[in-house]
Amino acid sequence: MVAIFVIIGLIAVLALCAFFGGSMGRYAVKRILLMFLTLFIIMTICFILIKLLPLPLIKSINKDVELQRAKYEQRGYYKPIMVQYFNFWKNVITEWNWGMGEQLYTDRPVWPVMMQKLPYTVLVNLYSILIAIPIGLAFGIYAALKKNKWQDNVISTAVMIFTSVPSYVYAFLVQYFLCTKLRWFPLTVLSQDEAALFSWPMFVSMVPAMLSLGFGVTAGLTRYTRAELSEVLTGDYMLLARTKGLTKAQAISRHAMRNAMVVILPMIIGEFIGILGGSLIIERIFSIPGIGNVFVDAISVKDYNFFMAETFFYTLIGLASGILTDISYGFIDPRIRMGSKK
Amino acid sequence: MENRTIDQLQQIPAEKFQFVQQDQRISDAKLETKRIGYFGDVWRRFKHDKSALVAFILIIILLLFSIIVPLFSYTNVQFREENYAFVLPKISLFKGSGFWDGTKTIDSQYQGSYDYYRALGLESGMSPIVGEVKTSTDSDGTTRYAFRVDTYYEPGYEIKVLPANEYEALLAYQKETGNQIFFPVPKTYSINFNGFKKGNIWYKLDVTEVGADGTVIDYEKDFRDNPTSAAAKKAYTSALENTSGKAVLDENGNVIPNYLRTTEPVDDTLPEDKWRFPKDYYPEDANRIAGDDGTYVYALKVQGGYRVRINIYNEYVKRYQHEPSFIFGTNVYGQDIFACLAYGGRLSFILAISVSLINFIIGACYGAIEGYYGGAVDMVMERISDVLGYMPFIVVATLFKLHLQEKVGPIWSLLFAFILTGWIGMASRVRMQFYRFKGHEYVLAARTLGAPDRRLIMKHIFPNSLGTIITGSILVIPGVIFSESMLSYLNIINLETSGMTSIGTMLSNGQPYLSTHPHIILFPALFISILEISFNLFGNGLRDAFNPSLRGAEN
Repeated sequence: MVAIFVIIGLIAVLALCAFFGGSMGRYAVKRILLMFLTLFIIMTICFILIKLLPLPLIKSINKDVELQRAKYEQRGYYKPIMVQYFNFWKNVITEWNWGMGEQLYTDRPVWPVMMQKLPYTVLVNLYSILIAIPIGLAFGIYAALKKNKWQDNVISTAVMIFTSVPSYVYAFLVQYFLCTKLRWFPLTVLSQDEAALFSWPMFVSMVPAMLSLGFGVTAGLTRYTRAELSEVLTGDYMLLARTKGLTKAQAISRHAMRNAMVVILPMIIGEFIGILGGSLIIERIFSIPGIGNVFVDAISVKDYNFFMAETFFYTLIGLASGILTDISYGFIDPRIRMGSKK
Repeated sequence: MENRTIDQLQQIPAEKFQFVQQDQRISDAKLETKRIGYFGDVWRRFKHDKSALVAFILIIILLLFSIIVPLFSYTNVQFREENYAFVLPKISLFKGSGFWDGTKTIDSQYQGSYDYYRALGLESGMSPIVGEVKTSTDSDGTTRYAFRVDTYYEPGYEIKVLPANEYEALLAYQKETGNQIFFPVPKTYSINFNGFKKGNIWYKLDVTEVGADGTVIDYEKDFRDNPTSAAAKKAYTSALENTSGKAVLDENGNVIPNYLRTTEPVDDTLPEDKWRFPKDYYPEDANRIAGDDGTYVYALKVQGGYRVRINIYNEYVKRYQHEPSFIFGTNVYGQDIFACLAYGGRLSFILAISVSLINFIIGACYGAIEGYYGGAVDMVMERISDVLGYMPFIVVATLFKLHLQEKVGPIWSLLFAFILTGWIGMASRVRMQFYRFKGHEYVLAARTLGAPDRRLIMKHIFPNSLGTIITGSILVIPGVIFSESMLSYLNIINLETSGMTSIGTMLSNGQPYLSTHPHIILFPALFISILEISFNLFGNGLRDAFNPSLRGAEN
């Protein structure tokens, strides 16, 4: 029943925003409602396509086919699809119950298992972003300042290479050189029994994964920062600032950076959320017990409840990232009119 | 200019004035330069970007590699030689240089291992030890050896049972070409050694052990003294199975051959009854190796054929008419990485190019209709593509695979998955271009003259966006290759069931052996990295060539 109160509370908040938020508020509310609609449609499509598939009945020595069939029957998997559909939404909205795991984590409720694994994914991604963003910004600024000199060319070439090479190639390189040859870090991330989540050994074991994820983010950020900043630096007001008497550093930090940040900050904010959706391979390579690993396992053993929950999660992440980027764009840049155009 | 006075100007004689072309006709001179055209212009601008040119050439090289190698290679995806699993890359040109010639350095080997390697090549001359052997002494006095090993000679010999017709074919080949395939069978032919191939233990093993108190236990002597004792037999067998490979040396320091002999028919140094000398043997048929005094046994008749000891290298040469030499080495199953890379690359390229073309067609049509008609049509179509666009790609690929895998196979289901959501990017680009050019005057003029919608779209508005469209299509290709490699790496799409391989599959095969045999992962990773980098540079160059006003905006 808690879920119903949460939903009523959400609706109340949205209504308040719509009335008192002005045009920005209305735009935000409209996007959020659209997000829920898209989520609903996508979940429906997924649900129907999944329920059309036959249920896996495993014939093996310690699994009885009749027992499995009886269990599926009792859980309602043989009812008509429309009935299952209503039950599904009823469970989700009233109790936030996404079902039980069938092949994976058998007979354990799906959402608590996922929530248990979520901190690992979030932590690895968060660490890598926290390190990648300052480095990317620094390189981008430096490259823009020394535009077309040899430093700029070196950085641009490196950026080109790092954005093109797929992230798992970095992961292999990092694993080979740093973990097996130099032995600075362990090969895989420590499990929960070995170290607590926020302890130093856990952080050290996450470093290779952080590096592999971070290269791509850094390179992308460097490229965009350099492009934006160099475009901003050609503006007339920069010349005026220097004529006014500001030093180069002052002019850049007070005027140029703000204008460049207008474009970059929304991208960074979007990246915070968006990066959660892309670390499947890294989680596999470094054995991080996170959400991506569960997703891949669920696909290979055909556990549909986990698959549905994970689809919901990833779609939500994609949508939320887009919305955050757009809305923060509106907040940061006062020149943008938030109308009905994206 | 000199100053001229008015008088001087008035005194210019009349003859100095001549008509230039009174009698000639003036008309336009013919253009002396050739017409280049739109694409000629683009190519001219493209050539200026050196890195894009180099990238283009690299892409062509990789493409040719994927097309030509499958045509000419005798190995393919089904080629599996377990005997040659994990051999290192070798190019025949580099023989003896130590780099890329199939050799690796192993160090800290005990005496037993050194004896094993040393004895491997003595019978056939194919010695795996290359170069000199370095010895070092441990703190407790044991000597350790370090040497380079040729991995192609490491497999050595194999003891197996051949059906009669195969045996005869090999025998005929051996007589005809003189390549010795059958070698004498050792007495220990049925012992399963722990860590050594039984075909390579042809020499007398040292089965003595120094006990804790310093006494020497000789298991063989114990068994010979008490041949009926089960405990002695078991100890002897166990000592043989867990041997370190250490050999008994004769007075010159050479290993002593331990072959079965025809002159010792009841040889009870063998620990088990069934290892007593079998009734039938065929010494007459086989060619004999050097040093054979006429008593070596080359084949034992068993049920189902003959048990023989074959030289793996020569047998490979007989089967494939090539010496084993794999340019990129082999993986855990013994597949040739060079050929697999070419086949995988071929599959990736075909998939990526078809996806790009189909998405281009669908996206262009969708975007053109959206952009041209605008209004309600645009809004509805936008909503649809919006919703479809937010489905995570992995989810789409998985759903297609689960539904279609049995009916049409993994490749087609992958293709459908790419097509379902891939056209959205192209459609939005085309739509944007249409909005830009829809309002220009020439469109209005053409419409006034009575042009139907179709003609306006195809002939007037669409060609404006050709540049962005072509660049977009080209840049789709590395994305498809990357997504497909990611899916096959995660085993979501399993191509091996249909006998194909892809780059992602090769990467996932090689990943468990990253620390021991990095060459398995190295080459596919290099291939895909070079591919992606080249495509990105090429795409950038194309974009700058098609639209020079965009130059510098992104890079």
